[in-house]
Amino acid sequence: MFTILSRIFHFGFDNFRRNGWLSAATVAIMTLALLVFAGLIMFGVITNRAAASIQDKIDISVYFNTNTSEDEILNIRQSLQGLSEVSNVDYISRDKALDIFKTNHASDPTITQAINELSTNPLEASLNIKAKNPDQYAAIAQYLSSSDLSQYIDSVSYTQNQDIINRLAKIVKGVESGAIVVIIFLAFIAGLVVFNTIRLAIYSNRDEISIMRVVGASNSLVRGPYMVDGMICGAIAALVSIVIAAPITYFVSPYLNVFIPGLDIFQYFYTNIFQFFAYELLFGVVIGGLSSFIAVRKYLKN
Amino acid sequence: MIVFQGVSKNFNGGSSALEEIDFEIGPGEFVSLSGRSGAGKSTVIKLLIGEDKPSKGRVFFGQYEVNKLKDDDLPAFRRHIGVVFQDFRLLPTKTAYENVAFALEVAGRPAREITELVPQILDMVGLGDKMKNFPKQLSGGECQRVAIARAMIHRPEVVIADEPTGNLDPFHTFEIMKLLEKINELGTTVLLATHDKDVINSLEKRVITLDNGRIVRDEKKGKYMLV
Repeated sequence: MFTILSRIFHFGFDNFRRNGWLSAATVAIMTLALLVFAGLIMFGVITNRAAASIQDKIDISVYFNTNTSEDEILNIRQSLQGLSEVSNVDYISRDKALDIFKTNHASDPTITQAINELSTNPLEASLNIKAKNPDQYAAIAQYLSSSDLSQYIDSVSYTQNQDIINRLAKIVKGVESGAIVVIIFLAFIAGLVVFNTIRLAIYSNRDEISIMRVVGASNSLVRGPYMVDGMICGAIAALVSIVIAAPITYFVSPYLNVFIPGLDIFQYFYTNIFQFFAYELLFGVVIGGLSSFIAVRKYLKN
Repeated sequence: MIVFQGVSKNFNGGSSALEEIDFEIGPGEFVSLSGRSGAGKSTVIKLLIGEDKPSKGRVFFGQYEVNKLKDDDLPAFRRHIGVVFQDFRLLPTKTAYENVAFALEVAGRPAREITELVPQILDMVGLGDKMKNFPKQLSGGECQRVAIARAMIHRPEVVIADEPTGNLDPFHTFEIMKLLEKINELGTTVLLATHDKDVINSLEKRVITLDNGRIVRDEKKGKYMLV
């Protein structure tokens, strides 16, 4: 068994080395396919980040009557934090709301003067609520409209922004599910390209396969070396594609940052480079070996 | 050792390559299969090595009924036979040494035995100094000698040669025939398919003559004859 296995690997390495141009062409095509695969992983990260960035912009604010005490508001905040739909609740007191208002309008002397002339703070305390999922804002708004709470609440921004929130929620969902469809489709195309490249390479070796069969080589000894050859091509292509992907992400990163603030694709690539390589290696080796396995099968009759 | 019993081979289009062929070949015999191109010589060989199946009849090789062998059983069966072809059928990405060694490697022979036997047999066919050459670096005659070395390295019971001299000049033809005779003298059965009149006449051994897929003559010490 060990002898046969070592011969399979030996023949596989020899095939790769001696079919120089054919191996180089296969590696080149597989590199392109793996670059597409790496691009798809990046695309997944970008769409997730874009969706998260849209999602981050969605929240609802609850404004409390001025006579509601801080303790009551903090109690409501605690009860909101206990809801499974809620990811975060920020409390903005009346004083803080006034400070923010003053800061925002510091350059407008009319408003500053009007505020200073008021004897009381007219602004209401509020809670800014972020849901875990944009779909869940309706449920949170419904919770807030319950009779127990409505006595403290003056207004909820959800009712005013309901359409925009729903539209943004749809965009987030669309981006996420669209990305999955695109990723699956392109990964399938990349796999198909690699499979056909290897099929052509093995087609050009069909005479050799028939010679091996006539000499008495078993199916595993005929098929094994081609699988090893395919796996070597996949492994080398994985390495080459990572080397090519590094400068591409470096140059593209600033442009993407303009569209999606806070997204540094190069940094992401750099910190996850070993994980990237592992995925590429797995994809390359599996598809290389599997394609060879399937392609050789046709020539193992008689 | 080799028995063809009522073997016929028809193709899909209805044309017939062999019709009711019966013959037997005993151990140690040297048999020439002669006839014009298209007479059915190569079909006989294909049926014998299991590359094709007969439409009717049975083909025996030793304890094997070849026509009943499954695809998975063919490799082990073929290790009992050495085959030499007109177009040599050497593996182009392997050296002369590796091509010969391959026949032992597929049989799972140990590396030590391979490194000992292969140079010996390549010396025997006169290629001791060209072991590291690839087929494209060898002449036609040399390629055929590598093919013969590969066919006999695992000491098969039968060496089958399908037009082995078809691509060679008279000098190399003579060399190849000498080698086949030598293999036969060592006790191996040889089945030679050829339409080369001089080759058959110089052998003075058993000749089975085919014409249009039928055996028209089977002589113990035959000559090439036009049918």
